[in-house]
Amino acid sequence: MLLKLTFLVPLFPLIGSIINGFFGLKLGEKKVGLIGSAAVFLSFITTILVFIGFLLLPEGEHVFEQSLFTWMVAGDFHVDFGFQIDNLSLVMMSFVTGVGFLIHVYSTGYMHGEYSFYRFFAYLNLFMFAMLLLVMGNNFLLMFIGWEGVGCCSYFLIGYYFEKKSACDAGTKAFVVNRVGDFAFLLAVMYIFSIFGTIDYTEVFHAAPEKLIFGGEVVTIITLLLFVGATGKSAQLPLYTWLPDAMEGPTPVSALIHAATMVTAGVFMVVRCNPLFNLAPDTMLVVAFVGAGTALFAATIGMTQFDIKRVLAYSTVSQIGYMFLACGVGAYTAAIFHMVTHAFFKACLFLGSGSVIHGLEGEQDMRKMGGIKGDQPITYMTFLVSTLAIAGIPPLSGFFSKDEVLYHSLMDGNIILWGMGISAALLTAFYMFRLVFMTFHGESRVDPSVHVHESPKVMTLPLVILAGLATVGGLLGIPLFHGWHLLHNWLEPILHFDLASALQHSEHMLHEAGRHAPVWSHLLEKEEHNVWLEIFLMLFSSVVAITGIALAYIFYVKRPDLPDKLTEGQWGYDIVKNKYLVDELYDETIVQPTIEGSKLLWKECDARGIDGAVNGVARVIGWFSDRGKAFQSGFVRNYALFIVVGFITLLLIAI
Amino acid sequence: MELLIFYPLAGFSLMLALGVVMNKSPIGSALCLIGMMLGLAGIFALQQAHFIAILQVIIYAGAIMVLFMFVIMLLNLKGTDTKWRARERNTLLTVLTTFLALGVLYKVITVIFEFNLDSPAKVPDTFGTAAVIGETLFTDFVLPFEVASILLLAAMVGAVVLAKTKLD
Amino acid sequence: MVPLAHYLLLSATLFMIGVVGVLVRRNAIVVFMSIEIMLNAVNISLIAFDKYMNQHDGQVFSFMVMCVAAAEVSVGLAIIISMFRNKPTVNLDEFNIMKW
Repeated sequence: MLLKLTFLVPLFPLIGSIINGFFGLKLGEKKVGLIGSAAVFLSFITTILVFIGFLLLPEGEHVFEQSLFTWMVAGDFHVDFGFQIDNLSLVMMSFVTGVGFLIHVYSTGYMHGEYSFYRFFAYLNLFMFAMLLLVMGNNFLLMFIGWEGVGCCSYFLIGYYFEKKSACDAGTKAFVVNRVGDFAFLLAVMYIFSIFGTIDYTEVFHAAPEKLIFGGEVVTIITLLLFVGATGKSAQLPLYTWLPDAMEGPTPVSALIHAATMVTAGVFMVVRCNPLFNLAPDTMLVVAFVGAGTALFAATIGMTQFDIKRVLAYSTVSQIGYMFLACGVGAYTAAIFHMVTHAFFKACLFLGSGSVIHGLEGEQDMRKMGGIKGDQPITYMTFLVSTLAIAGIPPLSGFFSKDEVLYHSLMDGNIILWGMGISAALLTAFYMFRLVFMTFHGESRVDPSVHVHESPKVMTLPLVILAGLATVGGLLGIPLFHGWHLLHNWLEPILHFDLASALQHSEHMLHEAGRHAPVWSHLLEKEEHNVWLEIFLMLFSSVVAITGIALAYIFYVKRPDLPDKLTEGQWGYDIVKNKYLVDELYDETIVQPTIEGSKLLWKECDARGIDGAVNGVARVIGWFSDRGKAFQSGFVRNYALFIVVGFITLLLIAI
Repeated sequence: MELLIFYPLAGFSLMLALGVVMNKSPIGSALCLIGMMLGLAGIFALQQAHFIAILQVIIYAGAIMVLFMFVIMLLNLKGTDTKWRARERNTLLTVLTTFLALGVLYKVITVIFEFNLDSPAKVPDTFGTAAVIGETLFTDFVLPFEVASILLLAAMVGAVVLAKTKLD
Repeated sequence: MVPLAHYLLLSATLFMIGVVGVLVRRNAIVVFMSIEIMLNAVNISLIAFDKYMNQHDGQVFSFMVMCVAAAEVSVGLAIIISMFRNKPTVNLDEFNIMKW
């Protein structure tokens, strides 16, 4: 049985991490890189084997659970350490291990000559382990362990250059901001346990339509808490601020953790919990608007940044906003589809930017780049392909996935959501090509002392593969023709939701509670799939993307002086450039008061109140002891007398 | 009949016990103690506990008391404590102690006589022989027995270490 | 036949004599001997009850008591010897450095 190999998938990276972490210093760079990459490669191969095993399952079985051992039992609380293999987790596992492997290979080149090479690979492997736990766990608690594990590794890797203060601060910021979301997630898990008495996915999702009232308060609170958790991990409004700062870490980390895998964990979690989210239309609306809002908001900031990695970071925030928009309108397939294609092209973009930075000997400011397409042809080509993909130019992958998101946001959502989405698409095309033009085209603004060179093969090969995937990834979900959407068919068993029966249950429950059910009949009306509208939208978004590219071309190739002229003295531009002053706002409203409050607590409460009480108690006891020490005469027979007196007293009381 | 043996033995033991406490010189105390041990051995024998009676003679009167003697001789202790009666007769300690002791004794006696203890079990002839006790010792109490041997070993090592002139 | 109460009475009296000895005497060796008296007093009641109830546990226990007594005496006398080395006396009242 190939499915029995499931537990090996996360085990390989864990072993790799242990070997590299404990013995890496002695092994030397080559072996460390080999072990780190091999661990993930083995994990990838095992995933494929498990995939084959899953395909061989008899008709009608969509879930395989492997329970390794009982993790903890306390009263009714019972948690297994088990893995759940189903259509969704297989998709996640495949691209996490696949993209992860390519990035590991790339890292062996990128991190070459670093002082603590082994540490990097130990963390990276540990991250793979945690991420796989997150996607493979069969209960909420295991997901939470993975969730915290990836957060922890993210903290380690952002602060990888720990001698740099900015890197340390960025790591701390990521950790603390994530904590807000994690807390909400934990609350949601506890709430789920208190309602269902279990935290096993299968049992919870099976019982959900029967125990929760459609649109009721309970399910709305649970899903909102889950979503707050997702906003923390996936850098959505209002908790997105950590992600741009996280670019202090090494570039492969940005590619793996802060673009392809970890930050999409929130989306994965929402999709995983779709049986709950489906029952909470209010939450769905919040999710959709937060997603669309983030997509637009981050895109505007992305237009004004000059650090190549920060632009990509804001782009990531924006693209994840799209995924949440898709989730919010119930198009989970589109969310996963966009997640997969985004992993391909965004990993490629990040690795490409890493290659550029590597070639320019550490320069990250786009104002000091330009005209290097001749020096880095492979990087340029792959970067361009991925940029076209993210901008949504047909027939590259990003076009299909983004288009599906936009189509569903119009059909299942409303015109406002679609408007925000399409505006963000325009901005995306613009800022991504701004990036390409400023970096690769035009006149060279590179420091003359730097010799620009193409990166080694271990770095360019993953780029080429990822660019290839970014090109053909769209084939997973060909629109228009019914039955050609592979991903949709594949995820159908996971996303199947019987709204009618859920509504019936809710009505029944409300009736028993003596309340009237609202009118839900309009929810059951289903709009037909409108092929012509979809074609029109496709054409429209292509035009939008091309417009964005054209604008970028005018601004940054034809008339490079134009941007400065236009933005000169515009207060609006300054605000956007300073990221809407959100960081400053948080600093003023949350960070500073917390620090002030802590100081107050420290000086007044702790130093004076608590320490005073403790010292006071000690002093009182000392006073009594001073009086009582006369008993301790030091004469042995006195002590014997005390013993006898005590013994006799006991005897007289007892008899 | 047995009472005729018991009373002299008990009186003898009590007298000698008082002698231990009240004797001026440690040697005298030690000699009284040996006598008391022998008296108690007689009382044990009277209760058919032959094995224990023998042990009492061998271990207490033989081994332990010899050790006491050795130490007293070694330290060359004569009547260093001679003036204790003069010094402590008037102190609160003696009065208090005696009073307490008598009070407790009274209490214990009343309690003893409160219970009806006049129905002893029928005892077989083999009671208290080495064979029977040995069997109990090596079946039900084999673990405590082994632990006791370890205790003795530890005591031996401890005594050697403590009595050494220099710790080096 | 000697009644059980007689043995218990003897045991209690011997025990109290031992207690008084421990409290009143200053000579460390005599204090030790008084402790031996107390141990023996306990053995009397153990064996008396044993006979009364026709079992052997009490005798095994008095055997253990003897073991403990032997161990205690050997260590105790060693302590007295090392005390005597520090200060040439066995008067317990001279040793009062245990106080505050």
